[in-house]
Amino acid sequence: MTHHVLTAPISEGQVRALRVNDTVTLEGALFGVRDANLIALFDRGRKTRFDLRGHAAIHTAPNVRKVAVSPAHPTGYAPLCIGTTTSARMERFTQPLVEGLGVRLIIGKGGLGAGSLEVFQRAGGAYLAIIGGTAALETTWVESIEDVDLDDLHPESIWKFRVRGFGPLLVAMDSHGASLYEAVDREARARREKTLFRLGVK
Amino acid sequence: MRVDPAQVEEVARELYIRALKMLPPDIKEGFARLAARETDATAKQVLGTMITNIRVAEATENLLCQDTGIPIYNVTIGSGVEVDGVELKRAIRRGCERATREHPLRSSIVHPITRKNEQTSCGPGVPAIHLDFSEDRERLVIEMVPKGSGSENNSWLKMAIPAEGVNAIKTFVVDCVLDAGGRTCPPTIVGVGIGGTSDLCVALAKKAATRALGTACADPEGAALEASLAEAVNMLGVGPQGLGGDSTAFAVHVEIAATHITMNPVAVNMQCHSARRASAAFTPAGVEYGF
Repeated sequence: MTHHVLTAPISEGQVRALRVNDTVTLEGALFGVRDANLIALFDRGRKTRFDLRGHAAIHTAPNVRKVAVSPAHPTGYAPLCIGTTTSARMERFTQPLVEGLGVRLIIGKGGLGAGSLEVFQRAGGAYLAIIGGTAALETTWVESIEDVDLDDLHPESIWKFRVRGFGPLLVAMDSHGASLYEAVDREARARREKTLFRLGVK
Repeated sequence: MRVDPAQVEEVARELYIRALKMLPPDIKEGFARLAARETDATAKQVLGTMITNIRVAEATENLLCQDTGIPIYNVTIGSGVEVDGVELKRAIRRGCERATREHPLRSSIVHPITRKNEQTSCGPGVPAIHLDFSEDRERLVIEMVPKGSGSENNSWLKMAIPAEGVNAIKTFVVDCVLDAGGRTCPPTIVGVGIGGTSDLCVALAKKAATRALGTACADPEGAALEASLAEAVNMLGVGPQGLGGDSTAFAVHVEIAATHITMNPVAVNMQCHSARRASAAFTPAGVEYGF
């Protein structure tokens, strides 16, 4: 179990060095993506002006306050509460995000499936688990909202955050075919019969 | 006792914000109980982070979770309360919109077909407003539940048949917990509705999932099922966030209704660990906030 401090752009070698149960702290840029903007990009042919190659993408849509544009708030948005949504809904977008747009790390909660795990193996990617529902804490790791794209989808815009000490995040799926979610699910399903027996279900 | 719609609007606004920021004491105690008995190292850390987050939210007066949820208002009207029901519902909706605009909060509500977000946390049929009545004459209670989508997306209904018996109910609950995995943000409150019609069964599951920890099903058979199912689902090892451990659920809550001789319906609705709710009671003495 190794701790890694990563700043984008992240190389394939850096991602392949990550193993499940390692921890990561992210510094610098972090992009926020989720349902509506991924549908816009990959189903409706819209483009983003952001270059995501080597970057980390988090499944999120923040609570923001509209403020005057200033060096601290170049987009006119101040972050209020930033947290992470359930990744499973974004499963089919892992492939175009990683192999199409060059994203290296996906940060989310609840895990991704077998298809994403294959993409991570093939292209060199990993999934970092954040603790869902702990947005007040997560917000303290976000310095500012640096940029925003596709804001007509607000709050499901594509957000560019500047983060400091973002973590520790748990490497839950790595580029070597290991997934903590898959392991926990397999073990839990193996306990199903015993659990039902305890409940008197024959 | 008369209730003024203008005051209802203020309270509806305040309740949404309070619910998003302050976790009820029974949920905090639930965390302490789980943390004390958890044996898995990762799960202990995950629970520790969740407990830290509650403290940070209070210290920074921030929202516990970024998901502002689907706003639900449960209104219980005492038999001696005079209130214009139409105005009451309008006032709640205005309060919900104002909370969203004035705090501001992320509007998480879209039209289900166009997916257009009006940035008001409202839309057709939302906020959900449920009305009930009580014999507590001089009292009107509004409970606000911002229901998070991670848990709400894991909702199930099975129209089992009498021949499948109570075993169908037990098996269904265990399988729902397995299928939900980490997506519901465990530890959860697993809400189980048993009986009724299909729609009543689902409503019972929601009522069960959002009930305070430490309360029991009024029906003794239902209460016995709560205890055995809670022990069972925590044997599965799904753990907090689906990363493994003993703390899969704070509790299993059951609500029941009578059903038809041909029917054996069971529904499951889950509440995530950010089990948020807030309430306000209108009495002749004024408005009192609680959980």
